[in-house]
Amino acid sequence: MEPTNLIPAVSCSGVTKAYGSGDTRTVALRGVDLEVRQGELLMLVGPSGCGKTTLISVMAGILDQDAGQCSLFGQDMKRLTPAQRTAFRGRRIGFVFQAFNLVPTLTVADNISLPLLINGSPRRQARERSIACLAEVGLAGREDAMPSELSGGQQQRVAIARALVHEPDLVVCDEPTSALDHTTGLAVMDMLKNLVVRGGRSLVIVTHDSRIFHYADTMAHMDDGRIESVRPGAATGEHS
Amino acid sequence: MFHIALKMLFGDPGKYLGIITAIALSSVIMVQQPAMLVDMLSQTYGTISDISLPDIWVMDPGVKSVDDSKPIQDTQLYRVRGVRGVEWAVPFYKGMQKVRLENGESAMCQLVGLDDSTLIGGPAVMLKGRLADLHIPDGVIVDESGARGRLAKRACEECPPVPIGVGDILEFNDTRALVVGVARSTPSFMSQPVVFTTYSRAKTLALSERKMLSFVLAKAKQGEAPEAVARRISAETGLTAYSSEEFKQASLEHIVKHTNILVNIGFVVLIGFVVGTAVTGQIFYNFTLDNLRYFGVFKAMGASDRTLLGMILLQALLVGFVGFGFGAGATAAFMHATAGGPGPQAKLTWQLLLGSGGAVMFIVLLAAFISARKVLRLETAVVFKA
Repeated sequence: MEPTNLIPAVSCSGVTKAYGSGDTRTVALRGVDLEVRQGELLMLVGPSGCGKTTLISVMAGILDQDAGQCSLFGQDMKRLTPAQRTAFRGRRIGFVFQAFNLVPTLTVADNISLPLLINGSPRRQARERSIACLAEVGLAGREDAMPSELSGGQQQRVAIARALVHEPDLVVCDEPTSALDHTTGLAVMDMLKNLVVRGGRSLVIVTHDSRIFHYADTMAHMDDGRIESVRPGAATGEHS
Repeated sequence: MFHIALKMLFGDPGKYLGIITAIALSSVIMVQQPAMLVDMLSQTYGTISDISLPDIWVMDPGVKSVDDSKPIQDTQLYRVRGVRGVEWAVPFYKGMQKVRLENGESAMCQLVGLDDSTLIGGPAVMLKGRLADLHIPDGVIVDESGARGRLAKRACEECPPVPIGVGDILEFNDTRALVVGVARSTPSFMSQPVVFTTYSRAKTLALSERKMLSFVLAKAKQGEAPEAVARRISAETGLTAYSSEEFKQASLEHIVKHTNILVNIGFVVLIGFVVGTAVTGQIFYNFTLDNLRYFGVFKAMGASDRTLLGMILLQALLVGFVGFGFGAGATAAFMHATAGGPGPQAKLTWQLLLGSGGAVMFIVLLAAFISARKVLRLETAVVFKA
């Protein structure tokens, strides 16, 4: 049996995905092969509309591919029922979104505790864990603030805390720095790298932001629904 | 996740109050208008409801409702008394008469003549005086809404009305009547003042008519079904006889059939329901749409369809209960504040509250169902859109 840490976090082979039908059919993925190792930071880069978001959606079990196979930690996502897939995602994947997607009517602590509550944690325990996680992203004491009271950088840190609070094995980030200034973007990337990759988790980042490319262990370039190249990033070997 | 659903709801006070207000206003329409209708319909048989002692009403075959008077000969009373199964029978006069007030103005009222010795058929609730005071010479008792309404005294055209009371004088066909009491009775369908007196005095006060007996009120003997005795009376006298319940039903059906009341008020109720559904549904749907992205985030994070459905249902039921509570409460307060005035009164019954509450719940659940469909069909990948 393959040792657990040798099982790739994500393994996609021959993944295709199209939207629409007939004349309006648009092929977003054309036979994508890609692997993300455990503890690796993979950056997925490419022009707009090349299929990056579709690929991470398939990787995370949010979208069904039309053909090919995609497995997370050895689990073929297509073999799971929708309910099982949702539960799997809830336990093992964390998300950081470009637009933060913090619920504006909930406090920072409530926002962070969402993944725990969804996974059935008691409220008190979820809040305590959220406050601890908030401290890890450098926002101790802001648990009762509303998202609108925070700067963009702080909101993204809250989003990172929310993505990590339930200790997922894979964190998927969609343009995590695009809404941030250079300094804040680098601070957010430092935090992601420290908390996610150095914690032994895998991190997949979709980005256009060339200022953060040097954080990648692996760079996957996409174009027109295909992986054009997969190369070691500047950070390769940094933490091995 | 349910407390998160509530926080999402309360976290936007503007929208929350908007939904509550819409549901409350819809509830007002759905409670107040049917309450008016219930009261107006119940007034079609108010006299029968007020007179609880007799359980059989005997009348001319041409009579269609309790407000429809076709007098019969006084001798019919004795024929009814002779029918097997009748415990007792008393005369009852009910007719429209013009009454002249102290200031010279006149008004139409409903004159009710009760059996002289037993006063059966008299008002159950006396506010001033006693029912037995009808034995005082020229004595009459007026109903509360009449006393405060059309029979009220006005010193001048602009002066506020002063309710008539014990000691005041009325005049029927040049015959003096002394007010000896004020009673509470169900207003008639036509909202005329009701003046009670004895049967023999009613004959004096009313315009000279050959026949004066409007109804014979009878009681079935113990062990006899009023309906069966009524059939027997009809068969033996040629008159129409109903049990009280049958007569209520007949009076109600007559009014419903010969007026547009049910159609008109029913239309308003229907409009209220449709507007309530549309407004509440739209606002709640918009609220869910505004949160659609966040429901998508919850889905991406692993929230099951069941959890999301539960959250939306909880939000819908909460705004439904609170909105309906405010609406029904406001309607009840309004009814209480305007109670006792002349004209139809709204009547809030538990059946009505249950029905309108059910309708409001139906509206919010419908809105929740439509909203939930949107959420459950949501493509989770929407969370990656900026």
